[in-house]
Amino acid sequence: MSKINANVPEHPMEKLLRMDRIPHIWCSTCGIGTAVSCFISALEKFEYPLDKVAIVSGIGCTGRVAGYIKLDSFHSTHGRAIPFATGLKLANPDLKVVVISGDGDLSAIGGNHLIHAARRNMDLTVICVNNFIYAMTGGQSAPTTPLTANSSTAPYGNSDPPFNLPLLVGSCGATYIARWTSLHIRRLTKSMGEALNKKGFSFIEVIAPCSTLYARRNRLGTGLDLMKFYHDNSEIKHGAPLEELDINFQQKIIVGKFIDKEKPTFVDNWNNWLSKKLGERFVPYGVAKA
Amino acid sequence: MKADPKGVLTGEHYLDGDHACAEGALAAGCRFFAGYPITPSTEVAERYVARIPMVGGIFIQMEDELASMAALVGAAWGGKKSMTVTSGPGFSLMMENIGLAVMMETPCVVVNVQRGGPSTGLPTMVGQQDMMQARWGSHGDYQLIALSPASPQEAFDYTIKCFNLAEKYRVPVLFMMDECVGHMTEKVVIPKPDEIEITPRRLTKLSPEKYLPYKANGDLVPDMIEAGTGYRIHSTGLTHDERGYPAMSPVTQAQLVKRLCDKIKLNAEDIIEIEEDQTEDAEVIVMAYGITSRVTLPAVFKARKKGIKVGYIKMITAWPFPERRVRELAKKVKAFVMPEINLGQMVLEVERCAAGQAKTYHVPHAGGWVHDPEDIYKVIEEAVK
Repeated sequence: MSKINANVPEHPMEKLLRMDRIPHIWCSTCGIGTAVSCFISALEKFEYPLDKVAIVSGIGCTGRVAGYIKLDSFHSTHGRAIPFATGLKLANPDLKVVVISGDGDLSAIGGNHLIHAARRNMDLTVICVNNFIYAMTGGQSAPTTPLTANSSTAPYGNSDPPFNLPLLVGSCGATYIARWTSLHIRRLTKSMGEALNKKGFSFIEVIAPCSTLYARRNRLGTGLDLMKFYHDNSEIKHGAPLEELDINFQQKIIVGKFIDKEKPTFVDNWNNWLSKKLGERFVPYGVAKA
Repeated sequence: MKADPKGVLTGEHYLDGDHACAEGALAAGCRFFAGYPITPSTEVAERYVARIPMVGGIFIQMEDELASMAALVGAAWGGKKSMTVTSGPGFSLMMENIGLAVMMETPCVVVNVQRGGPSTGLPTMVGQQDMMQARWGSHGDYQLIALSPASPQEAFDYTIKCFNLAEKYRVPVLFMMDECVGHMTEKVVIPKPDEIEITPRRLTKLSPEKYLPYKANGDLVPDMIEAGTGYRIHSTGLTHDERGYPAMSPVTQAQLVKRLCDKIKLNAEDIIEIEEDQTEDAEVIVMAYGITSRVTLPAVFKARKKGIKVGYIKMITAWPFPERRVRELAKKVKAFVMPEINLGQMVLEVERCAAGQAKTYHVPHAGGWVHDPEDIYKVIEEAVK
């Protein structure tokens, strides 16, 4: 890692960032960097060998996160971060596998994988940065674009109702669900820490500004204006019923921790059931290596 | 190294090709299987999941074939030998992440028990119509390896070879079975574990500070790591440099894609396996693969009885195509005859390599059944004229 100037102080997160890949590709005022900072802060407090933490991303702006975090990191195909992570985790259950990807990647093209990973209670942490559009490709509608909002493929406003992501994954059985905006740095970091420590399928939605495309097309002002909007319009409601978490265009955003429960994971179920059925003949899978 | 005894069911068995394939995978050390049911391949998954709890490994039935293939790539990076099984429609869905496996240089095995297509086609009936898809189905330029067995015994033997080649060249290997071989039942001899040669993963010996994940060695194949061992690598489907970092330029593209192709092309002689019979003084050579290589034999025997000098080549390896050998023989023979259960796929390669020096005859079949050997004989008779 080369330093440009000996007088430049070390980046406080240098140990966990690929500094040889900086500058990153994200626009100024983008919320993804904030989500990454919070995640790194959460990792620094995570009491687990970081060599055993792996990051998997899909495709898109948030899909690039894997490339900047200095852990084993995989930048997979569009929508397939969760099944890739499923294979990685099952192959080596000692790994803590974190999927960081965008709303379009995870809930549109990857929607089938999202619901099935939640159903199986696959032991993964999924961090979904929701900027309401496909940003990498120029601001097209996503399954998260609020009704009436403009996008490049909804030039007269969106008429296609969006997902309520916490409700979606909650109805499939996710064991941890939280939502924060990229303004809620401290709370987001805390949730990420809780999710990392959670055994089972944990899901965090991070509402993030895209001033280059979403805000510009919808005349919502600068990145700072969006942060002010989050400040004035987010309401913290822990344990709020999931069906009340719809996001409507420029209206109140309910944030908080909504679900936090315990349930056996996919591998727990495999081991418990098969040892019951097969007894001594069964070789338990992924039991901690000595 | 030798096979892990836990997975090897040594002895004489009466198995169909699908079950033999599953036993081959277990013998080869495959301990991760992700799949989605599809006729006529499902029995491979069924056999595997019935056996793996006692062997020590994991099976997951994924939500679709897109997910199965993505999980396979992830599992390989997690350190497991991994496989999936499918047929035509699922094979189409797997193309996306077969490309990812090629780009990330991920060893894994994809079995396609071929049925008739296109689309849903003939779910329960034989075809050999995915041979070109095997070669070109994912987007972009790449090379990979595809093998084709002709019996349950070969399904066992060559599944092991698929795993070994996948590890040696860090490439997805496609096992192009067909419904007939998958569903025919014959004697299968499973050797003792110490008689089964297994290629281990080529893990780097370098320290994390010195290791570059995509810096290749003399044979153009980089050494690998397992996630979770402290190397903190990055791997991407984007065009990348030796560090594995995205590096999108015509220069890195040329370097990377050329190496990905060359590591197979330049090692073709090591990879290719064909069986030849009486090709030395042949005037006509019949080439075939899979079930068709067996259906062809009565036609070959009849032609020989009638005094026709006919040679026979069974292709175990379909990709890379045995180009050098066909070019050599093309200088000596009048013609090649290729029967296959499609309307003209691998024959295009024969024709290309014969390059006008020998004639090429195709014996097509649209699928659903095997050839009548008499139809193949008639073409041999015509070809020798």
